[in-house]
Parts: sequence; structure tokens; C-alpha cells
Amino acid sequence: METPLAILIGLFFSAAIYLMLSKFTVRILLGVVLLGNGVNLLLFTAGGLTRSVPAIIPAGADTLSHTAANPLPQALILTAIVISFSFFAFLLVLTYRAFQDLGSDNSDEMRLAEPRDEPSPPMGY
Amino acid sequence: MASPATSPVDLAAALVLTPPPLGDWLVILPVVLMIGAGAILLMVRKSVRLHGGIAIAALLLLVLVNGSLLLRVIENGPVTMVMGRWLPPFGIAFTADLFGATMALTASLVALAAGIFALRDIDGSGRRYGFYPFLMLLMAGVSGAFLTGDIFNLYVWFEVLLISSFGLLILGSRPEQIDGALKYAVLNLIATTLFLISVGYLYSLFGTLNMADIALKAGDLSGTAPLVTLTALFTFAFAMKAAAFPLNFWLPASYHTPRIVVSALFGALLTKVGIYALIRVTVMLLPVEREVLSPAIATLAILTLITGALGALAQSDIRKLAGYLVIAGIGNILAGVAIGSPAAISGAIFYALHSMVAMTALYLVVGEAARRASLLSGDENQANRWSLHTLGGLYRSSPGFTAVSLLVFLAVAGLPPLSGLWPKIMLLKAAMDINAWWLAAAILVSSFLVTLTLGRIVLLAYWRQGLEPEAGLERQTAVRGDWRLSLPLGALVLLLAGFGLFPERLLSLTQSAAEGLAGPSAYIRSVFPDALPSGGIR
Amino acid sequence: MNTIILRTVAPVVTALTLLFSVFVLLRGHNEPGGGFIGGLIAVSGLAIYGIAFGTGAVRRALRFHPMAIAGAGLLIAMLSGLVSIFAGVPFMTGLWITPSLFGTDIPLSTVISFDVGVYLVVLGAITSIVLALEQEPGPEFPAPALRGTTSRRAETAAFAREGAPDPVTKKKRRKSGGKR
Repeated sequence: METPLAILIGLFFSAAIYLMLSKFTVRILLGVVLLGNGVNLLLFTAGGLTRSVPAIIPAGADTLSHTAANPLPQALILTAIVISFSFFAFLLVLTYRAFQDLGSDNSDEMRLAEPRDEPSPPMGY
Repeated sequence: MASPATSPVDLAAALVLTPPPLGDWLVILPVVLMIGAGAILLMVRKSVRLHGGIAIAALLLLVLVNGSLLLRVIENGPVTMVMGRWLPPFGIAFTADLFGATMALTASLVALAAGIFALRDIDGSGRRYGFYPFLMLLMAGVSGAFLTGDIFNLYVWFEVLLISSFGLLILGSRPEQIDGALKYAVLNLIATTLFLISVGYLYSLFGTLNMADIALKAGDLSGTAPLVTLTALFTFAFAMKAAAFPLNFWLPASYHTPRIVVSALFGALLTKVGIYALIRVTVMLLPVEREVLSPAIATLAILTLITGALGALAQSDIRKLAGYLVIAGIGNILAGVAIGSPAAISGAIFYALHSMVAMTALYLVVGEAARRASLLSGDENQANRWSLHTLGGLYRSSPGFTAVSLLVFLAVAGLPPLSGLWPKIMLLKAAMDINAWWLAAAILVSSFLVTLTLGRIVLLAYWRQGLEPEAGLERQTAVRGDWRLSLPLGALVLLLAGFGLFPERLLSLTQSAAEGLAGPSAYIRSVFPDALPSGGIR
Repeated sequence: MNTIILRTVAPVVTALTLLFSVFVLLRGHNEPGGGFIGGLIAVSGLAIYGIAFGTGAVRRALRFHPMAIAGAGLLIAMLSGLVSIFAGVPFMTGLWITPSLFGTDIPLSTVISFDVGVYLVVLGAITSIVLALEQEPGPEFPAPALRGTTSRRAETAAFAREGAPDPVTKKKRRKSGGKR
């Protein structure tokens, strides 16, 4: 099961990198989201894939059964999802705001912070 | 669910059953304090007049807590507390060793200075927008990153400080800031995602995320191809966070856009957290692999040293110039990591501590120089007040401020008698010890270029006669001092001068911190008391 | 989004969603659910309300600024971790009390209060982002951080007296006193 998942993760990463290499901010944003999903899949695979029951202690028992899945990758993924979700929401607002303020979603035209042809420092008094 | 006492399960196998000593709470308290203060500030967001007082009281407390934590670590060795009573490696551990505790203390000192300066630099609308809550959350992230003993938790703190840094960066929402913030946000988010990818591979290799546990198990796999690849990935991610050369372009694009106090905080803290994580992971957890990658890290260090200094030399905007100086400083620390001997790591830690204080002071000086010069020219809000073309006449109008600036510049350039000298000497000696003369040469060339750059600022902005004010504008000759600037700036300069003149105490501290990283048996014993019978593991 | 169908349905849907979010929050202790997902459900309810009646109505209905709610949640979560200092156990250890109410044992714990804190943090933080996205740009709306308190309090009171306002008077009120 690991091999197809590894290929899938690779596809996710390559699509993400392709999108992030674009100069349009919305595509970059989509690339970042895809990258986050690829990482979640990676964490899931890294935790070991087994056919097993969810890691929930059944009623009346005190410990997990031995066939239970590893709960740690799931906790890690949940945390990563929460974080990437909130970052996505923030970046969405920021991109929208940048589009409003700078009038463009083309990162080549966003030169306000680093204008072209800046003067070199004075060479003497 | 049901109370655990009735169950037949052996609790001692999974839970901490002895109550932790009260002093161990010091390791968790910085984070708790900052989150609590941030939460309170968010709740009283309307009453901006309270913000400054609450925040500065909280930061003062933070300095006290971090100070007593450092004292406890010096006395008793590393301090550990595990969340939720779970035994490590199951619970998330917070572990403070000398390295983490000194970094945390310095960071809190810098934040306190910036918090006081912000009383002047951040106006009412900036405070209403949430400067102080963001500052508290930033410090929660920074303290958490320095004190955690769990690598996934380190990732979480990275994200906490990242999201609060976004908030600080766009404070004021000028279009220029939005532009810088977008580049900063995307590139830093990619860097932390890379970090998360490395954590995923690390987990699949070791099956644990606790740093002490990893340090114990890394010996079994040391030098194998997966671990070397993993270390390269970690180095890549942290180098991007620390703004090492080919990955540094987000820094000059964004650091000059926000308020000057925000730039000061960023220049002092954010890149240093990346450096901290790099040293923690490559030096303590994966030392054998760091040795393999050492030539690559050395190349990075040289390129960062030279491009940082050259970039600073080519700038006429003094805020951008300061940003490049931050990058050049990172190159020095990377050189220490590349050499990797305890002496070099000790130098790198010393440089990181020095650089936190010096960069904050540098940004404060830069901001004040521009403000005074624009007052002199009569036009307070002129757009090109940061340019070396227009700055001038500062020495004649404010000789006291010029003296302080000169001290800060000496510290940044690493000239005596300030504290920048010692770490550079340590790094040079460590480089010569392994015959890496090219690394030593890069450090020296970079220092020389930085000195040139700063000398040019002194000549143009301070020594040169100021421009005549334009017709119709009145020159304000008397620029009044202000305790909200002079207190933090004075304290930072005193710190720099103090450790420049009397470095012995800090030297011995960083040396034991570096030894603790090279042979982390004390760190491991603090997390797993029964793991190591005695002595080191390597 | 000014259709009469949405405007009629939105209050009901929002109320039901908010109720369901609390259910998910409390269910989360022993079964799938919890503070994060509960908070997200609550935000989706508020978002529907915002689409139907505009962001100003959501801000009035919330009474407190979303970020203040998030701050309160953060404080609750942190304090529930800190309770364990008095019990002599490490930070964030779950502590239980089981008071008996009318013969039924109600297990209460710091875990639940932590989850309530998470719920509020998610509710507050995501709501403020959603409102920022839904808000129509233009001079009619000042930056959300700068809106006044007192006028909004008065409006909330008026809102409570009159029940759901029709959009015309609501808009008028917003123009007259909703901003400062």
C-alpha cells in the first residue's frame, strides 16, 4: 500500500511545485494548499499503514486493542490540517487585499516594496 | 472516563506519578505567561491605553521567569516537564538546557526593550489593530520554540510565531507592506512546510518525536543515506527560515516595510529561531550527518557572509541596509555550525546572542537617525527620509545620539570594545584549528565590508553637513530626547558593552551550552532519568 | 445574496447550526467531535447569517468582537492547563470532578473546559477572517478594527427588542450610527 501512496504524494508535490512556480498569486496559493495536503498524506504514510481499527478505547476496556491504528500520525495530521487551514484563510485574505491594493495578481508587477532602478548610495560627499 | 484509580492497569508504565518540583514549572511558565497576557490584551482590545502597561508588565515578568529558569538550569542542569502527566516520549516534553534558556532570556530582554520603544513608535490605531497582543503571541511562539523538547511541537511554535509575525508585518496596511507581507508569508510558509516534511520522514525513521529520544536512537542509524538526506532537508528548511544566501530573498523584500520596532523584533528574533532549530537538530540530534554535510553548510555560510555584506554595501535605504546586515550575521553563525567543534558552536551561540541584542539596537538607531534627520530638514514626513542621499547633519545636531550610534555600529561590525569581537575571534580560531582558512577569510572579508558600510553611514548621515531645509520649511534644531527610546537603547548598548568588556561569564556559559549540545547526556537524563547509567553516549 | 428565501431561512439555519455546534463540542469528549470542529460548524452558521444579512448583522449578533471571543477562549484553555499546578501534577493534566445533580453524575473536567476554550478560539478567529472576506469593500464600512463599541451596544439592544429587523431599517441604522 505504501508504493501507490508514495507515488500519489509525489504527484501532489510536483503539482504543488508547478503551481508555486507560477507568477500569479492565486495559483501560488493553490500550490501551497496542495503542498499542505501532500504533507498530510506523507505524515499518514510515515506513521505506518495497517488494516486496523480506529484508535478509540471501546466501552468497558482500559487499553487499546492490539490491532488499533497508530493514533499519533492522526494527531499530527489533525494539527497540521488546523494550522494549514488557518494559514490558508489568512493568505486568502492577504492575497485578496494585495489584489485590491496593488491592482494586480501578477507577482512580477508587485514592486512596491522593492522598486526597480533604485539609486546606488552616494559615492562621496 | 472512570477514575483511573479503580482500574487494574499499571499506571507507572505510562504516567508520571511523583508530583513535579515547583521549580520545574519555570520551563512552561514563559509560554503560559505570554499566551495569558496576549489573551487578556485581546479581550481588552478597545481600551488601548491599558495595552502598553499590561504588555510591559508581562514582558518584565517574562524576563524574571526566564532569568530564574536560567539560574535553575545553571544550578541543576536541564529542566524537563512533560505535558499531561504522560511519561516521555509519549507526552510532549518541554526541556530547557543552557542553550535554550540563554536564548530565551536574551529574546525576552530584546522584546522588553522593543515593547518600551513601541510606546512611542506605535500610535493609537496601531495598538487598536493589535500590536501588543501580536507581540505577546510572537513571544509565546519564540519562548515555546526555545524551550520545547519535542520536534513536532517545535513546528507548532514556528507556526505560532509565524502567524503573529504576519499580523505585525501588515500593521498599518500600507500597500508597500501588503506587497512585502505577501512574499514573506508565502516563502516562510513553504519553509515551515519543508520543516514539516522533514519531521514526517524523521518520524518514519525513528518512530518518536521527542528530541532526547531521537538523540538516543540516532546512533543506531548514524551515517546512513536516509539520515543524511533527512539532515539535508532539515538544513534546507532552517536555512530558509534563517535567511541563508540562496534562500534569503524574502528578508530584504519585507523587513523594511513595517514600523521600525517591528523590523527590530524581526531582525532580532525570527532568523535566530531558525538558527536555534538548525543548531538543535544538526548539532545535537544528528551530529554525524552534520559532519557529512559540513562542506555544503560551509559554502552556504561563505555565500551568506559575502552576499549579505555586499548587499548592505549596495543599499542606499538604511532600513534595507540593516536587513542585509542581519543576513551577514547569519553567515557568521552558519560558519560556526559548519565547523561544528564545541569551540565553534560556542562561538556561534555567542554570536547569536550578541546578534539578537545588536540587531535590535541597530534598527532602533536607524529609525531614530531617520527621524532626527527628517526633523532637521524641516519636513517630518518626507518619503525618502531613509535614503543615504538625504540623511545628514546628525553629529552637529545630536552628538549624544551619535556617540550611542557609533557604539552600536562598532558592535555590529564586531570591533572592540563591544561584544561583537569575541564570537568572531572564537569562530576565526575554530576555523583556523581545522585549517579552514577560506572560511576564516570569508568571515574577515565580510566583517571588513560591514565595517565599510557602517563607516559610510557615519560619514554621510552623521558627519556630513545636513541639507538645507526647503523654502518655507523651518528647521527644527532641538530634537528632544525621549525616555521611551533612550531607556531601551541605552540598556541594549550597556548590555553590548558589558559583555564586550567582561565576556568571561558569558563565554563560560556558551561553552557549557555547546558542550551540552555536543554530548547531550545531561539533556537525555533530564527527560529519561533511567536511560543512561553514566557518562555520555558518544 | 438578497433573496427572500435565504433571508427567511438563514436565521433558522444559523440557530440550528449553532445548537449543533455545541452538541458536537460536548460529544467530542468520548466520540468523534470536539472544540475545533464544533467551532468551525458555528462559524459556518454565522457565515450563512452574514451572507443573508450582511457582516454588520453578524457583528451585532455576536455582541463582542470576534477577536475578543478568541482571546477569552485562549485564556480559558490556558487556565484549564494551569489548574494542575494546584493538584501537584504536570501542566495540562486532565482533572475530574463528578458533581451529582438530581441523581445524575455529571463528569466535569479541565479537558472539557480546554475544549470549550478551543471552541471559542476557533469561533472567534475564523469568524473574523470570514467577516473580513465577506465584507464588501467601500467607504461605507470602516476597517473592522475601528468600529465603535457604544453605538454597537445600543444597536444590539435595539436588535434584541425588535427581533429580526427587516433589511431596510437595518441598513439605515448602520448608516446612521453603526460606524464612527
